[in-house]
Amino acid sequence: MNPGQQDRLADLRLQIARYEGGPQNTTPLPFSLRALDNHLPGGGLARGALHEMIEAGLASEFAGSTTLFTAGIAARLKGPVLWCLNRRDLFAPGLLRAGLHPDRVIYAEAEREREILPLIEEGLREKGLAAVVGEVTRMSLIASRRLQLAAEATGVTALIIRRWWTLAEKDLVHLPTAAVTRWRIAPTPSELMPVPGLGRERWQVELLRCRGAEPRTWILEACDAKGRLALPADLADRSDQAADRRAAAS
Amino acid sequence: MTVHTVGSRRVVRAACAAAQETGLHVGMALAQAQALVPNLHVVEAVPDEDEASLRELARWAIGYSPVVAADPPDGLWIDIAGVAHLFGSEEELLADLTSRLTRQGIAAKAAVADAPGAAWAVARYGATGVVPTGRTVDAVATLSIRGLRITADKLSALHKLGIERVGQLAAMPRAPLVRRFGRDVALRLDQALGHAFEPITPLIPKETPMASCAFAEPIGRLEDLKSVLLRLAKDLCRQLERRGEGVRRLDLLFQRVDQKSACLRIGTAKANRDAAHLAKLFDERLQAIDPGFGIEEIVLIASKVEPLAETQAQVRGLGEEDAGEADMGQLVDRLGARIGMKKVYRLAPVQSLVPERMARRIPALAPPTGSVWPETLPRPTRLLDPPEPVVATALLPDHPPRFFVWRKVRHNVAKADGPERITPEWWNGDKSSAARDYYRVETEQGGRFWIFRDAPTAEGGRWWMHGFFS
Repeated sequence: MNPGQQDRLADLRLQIARYEGGPQNTTPLPFSLRALDNHLPGGGLARGALHEMIEAGLASEFAGSTTLFTAGIAARLKGPVLWCLNRRDLFAPGLLRAGLHPDRVIYAEAEREREILPLIEEGLREKGLAAVVGEVTRMSLIASRRLQLAAEATGVTALIIRRWWTLAEKDLVHLPTAAVTRWRIAPTPSELMPVPGLGRERWQVELLRCRGAEPRTWILEACDAKGRLALPADLADRSDQAADRRAAAS
Repeated sequence: MTVHTVGSRRVVRAACAAAQETGLHVGMALAQAQALVPNLHVVEAVPDEDEASLRELARWAIGYSPVVAADPPDGLWIDIAGVAHLFGSEEELLADLTSRLTRQGIAAKAAVADAPGAAWAVARYGATGVVPTGRTVDAVATLSIRGLRITADKLSALHKLGIERVGQLAAMPRAPLVRRFGRDVALRLDQALGHAFEPITPLIPKETPMASCAFAEPIGRLEDLKSVLLRLAKDLCRQLERRGEGVRRLDLLFQRVDQKSACLRIGTAKANRDAAHLAKLFDERLQAIDPGFGIEEIVLIASKVEPLAETQAQVRGLGEEDAGEADMGQLVDRLGARIGMKKVYRLAPVQSLVPERMARRIPALAPPTGSVWPETLPRPTRLLDPPEPVVATALLPDHPPRFFVWRKVRHNVAKADGPERITPEWWNGDKSSAARDYYRVETEQGGRFWIFRDAPTAEGGRWWMHGFFS
């Protein structure tokens, strides 16, 4: 595809987005990573939409990676964040590692799991918020559509972390929802350091479902203190990334 | 001890705990009391003042529920239907109430029951506490019939017949009972057992801003209730504007055709007088109101107000920072109305290195603290509380483990970092004396865990799983 065609395509996408309704002045949130931004429609994660994050790998019921991934996205948005949860295992100092300042986060702790979805929706109706993060086990197609509509109406981004305790609950995650994107994060072995110690974490980030884009998988380095992901250095040296490096250097 | 005059006799009206220990009791003749305790301190009773202070106490108790009524000479009704969840549970509410009263120097007994009459009897003659729903009859049956609020002459007549317990009275055939003792005994019995309804007329302090609406025809549809509520809220907000105040707590009372009443209470995170917003806070809970045969009257009471200065309406695009903050107030109110204000919070950093103590809860609308945690090595995003035991094997003492078994799964450690020693904070009253050595480990699959050993290997330290990195 030549650049002219690309521009026209982007123009058409913008027009379609306008017909679909929703807030006009929302540009997607870029990951500042060419590999991801070029793949996602509009060049980033859509604001005012529902996004779903699933953890894979060992100890996936604790959703350690997904929490950091989500916190990284929330940190890069501007404004306060509402975090709806019903378990007390979240460790706030860990969120700061992705650049999410404790002053920005309001927590709403539900007693029962089913009370969380109404809380998320309540948050999505509030224009002043940057994002609503919800830790949810069960989310039906109808419930997710409600959230998606609420998010579209106000432009607040909904980030859903899927949690589970039992295997039966884990299977629920595969049921369809109305989320615009669905991500699966799994930790992978990080780069071997020349000295004993640990480097930056590395994730396998899978885009399982996305409206207007193909599923795809990336190996990425975890969020830094500003919530940004990065391409691993040894993978960035590959030939298909050369254009990216040239652009970054210029 | 106070005395008052009944007919020509001087009778003990109230006695303090110390006086009661010496054998004095209410209703005893003064002469007899003075014979028992020679240097008795006697004060003439002033019923008016007693009643006034009881009313004062009732006003204080409005903090617990909108429907509070004084029950002279020594009782207080509090209708806690629909407000107990704000305190966690009925038990917690009761504990909170009694401990506060005790701190004020008031010896109080309290009970929660399905019916006011039952609570009255249990608080005075039974074990104080919460009578579970549906167990009223069991709880009241074993109590003395003095718990029925019937006059002294009828009481003694019943005693003469050998009737001591409420259960005995309840077992008697109803028709002869009414013929012999009158209707009121049967009524009191029904009220105590929860069969007959007993209204509590709420005490509303005079200066409280309120708006009410009575209907010629009872209403019951949810849409009607909502529209009436909005009108009342507008009315109330106009009153508040004149007084320069905003609502912190709002009560909504419904008077039903059958004399039963229901109430709802909501709180706001900061003073507010936006009618539409206040009306919306009730939305979720209005559905739970059972209108029965219809609602005759609705009263909206601002039971707690705070000064709120006149503010200029926000212009869009100007001063967006302020507008954002005001909006958060409304969001916090709405969330608080759903799950309780205590469950909506922010976490403020605490200058501590002990993981369990690194954050404390502050109100969601507290001013930004601006502080962060001290710079440390990376911390996990999820914490396992309490830590779970892990079987781990290290190659050398005080080295990170080579592998560990957690929840019956063996994990081989590929890379590790540590130890990071976190010592207990004795100045915070930390009982455990052992320092923890934390390791960040990465398994062969890439998962990262935060595990610690509670003592050096030589001293038989055990391993624990404490957190999860990405």
